[in-house]
Amino acid sequence: MANVTIPVGPQHPALKEPECFKVTLDGEKIVGVEIRLGYNHRGIEKACEERTIVQSQYILERVCGICSHSHSTCFLMAVEEAGKIEVPRRALWIRTLIGELERIHSHLLWLGVAGHELGFDTLLMYTWRDRELVMDLLALISGNRVNYNMNVLGGARRDITDAHRAEIRKALPVFRERTAYYARVAQEESTLIARLSGVGRLTKEEAIFYNANGPTARGSGVDRDTRRDDPYLAFPELEFEVVLDDHSDVYGRTLVRIGELMQTYDLIEQIIDGLPEGPIGPARAIRRVAAGEAVSRYEAPRGEDIHYVCTNGTDKVERVKVRAPTLGNLPAVVRMLEGGFLADVPIVVAAIDPCFSCTDRGIRVARSQGQDVWDADALRAYAIEFYRKRGLDLTRVKAPGR
Amino acid sequence: MSVLSRVMTWARVKSPWIIHFNTGACNACDIEIVAALTPRFDLERFGILLKGTPRHADVMVCSGSVSRQIEDRLRRIYEQMPEPKFVVAVGACACSGGVFQGCYNVRSGIDKVIPVSAYVPGCPPRPEAIIDGVVKLLGTLQAPPKPPIRTVGIAPQP
Repeated sequence: MANVTIPVGPQHPALKEPECFKVTLDGEKIVGVEIRLGYNHRGIEKACEERTIVQSQYILERVCGICSHSHSTCFLMAVEEAGKIEVPRRALWIRTLIGELERIHSHLLWLGVAGHELGFDTLLMYTWRDRELVMDLLALISGNRVNYNMNVLGGARRDITDAHRAEIRKALPVFRERTAYYARVAQEESTLIARLSGVGRLTKEEAIFYNANGPTARGSGVDRDTRRDDPYLAFPELEFEVVLDDHSDVYGRTLVRIGELMQTYDLIEQIIDGLPEGPIGPARAIRRVAAGEAVSRYEAPRGEDIHYVCTNGTDKVERVKVRAPTLGNLPAVVRMLEGGFLADVPIVVAAIDPCFSCTDRGIRVARSQGQDVWDADALRAYAIEFYRKRGLDLTRVKAPGR
Repeated sequence: MSVLSRVMTWARVKSPWIIHFNTGACNACDIEIVAALTPRFDLERFGILLKGTPRHADVMVCSGSVSRQIEDRLRRIYEQMPEPKFVVAVGACACSGGVFQGCYNVRSGIDKVIPVSAYVPGCPPRPEAIIDGVVKLLGTLQAPPKPPIRTVGIAPQP
């Protein structure tokens, strides 16, 4: 029988965001996947060049509504490094606290969405009910449920009061109890284990080769976590262990996320116990930033977020480049889907916790001597040559549409 | 109003099925829409059910400043919905483009592409505001047509 191509997306009940996966099938088996990105491209990087740094922070916070604090913190860390701006210690700890609260909300959200993709809607309703607790905490601290706006250039916008700390302390046992319940469900519920095991396989070698990051890589046993490898904010002073799992499939990724939730509760306890005293930001708002350039890395809930910032001494940035975690995980998704079944597409795609609004914000046009527009073949040849010089053979990676 | 049309309006108001379409949003509005459907806010008590296909839906809940890529799909999905159909624009971006106003790739608002029945402002609007918008829309179905509804954003808790 001839192969059939089925488009999954841009509007599809399994995808909450517009993205197109063209799946080529031989019967029920997937033989090829082509990803088409860009439905959510809004031109954020260009917009940042036209706005001041203070305004850019707001627009970068809206790269993604789920990891909004990650993007704005990552951007400001780069700007502060480029402009050599000193950030008070207390502000760093407050940023870390919000980042970890965000991780709770993102992982609980993921657990619910994963349940939904499996037809296990009870899990969706349970986790989203518990997630409202952390949304309440975030609303209490920052005044908004989703886009918190807790950062300013060189500090934090709002302080953490004793009342906030008491509320967080009160919520932590509830979170621990509920997460322990989900951990038990994941370890004992035989339907769930049978549905998730062996689906979307990605071996350790493949995870490294395809440059997977975040829980996707850790679910395949790759020991990689920016919070430990390149500590930022308050992480040099905090103690935690990287959660790893060697199931190398969707089940492993689920266990990693549940383990990280438990880890996050311990981190939050450490942060609210050890929150240093002092100012939370500069006395006067900083507008101009000295010229320089910097790259910053941040372990967002979905993986490693990378921002490159070039400042030019004015109140605007020369260039911002964002590498969102989902973009790094997409080549691995193609690998995971190949050889699997059509019915597994939603859960395998959901298992990387995709965030296409993060992924789609920028397209770079490569320019070189005399040749303004490169076609796909030329770009591919250039990329293969580029990485071959650095000792990585990428000829095995299939180009899309070929 | 004939008896038949009264019965149809009654049925429509008691159980509107919605489809959620992300037209280039940052996810914030989308998770608040899903949050409105889950136990804390429980939109389902109004008979509202989230469906996967536009052909089953009465109300399309849109979030996001329409990007140029998605514009044609938005129009196509709107055309696939059966009459009578209603569109709720959720979030500042869907209402007017929000922070992305003026970006080269966005159309700044759902109403630039398809007609909109209700606007819910906020970045993102709280689930209570989304419920308020949907319930107000249902209220207008029983009354003669009026200009579009604009809900008042609910202030965050102190």
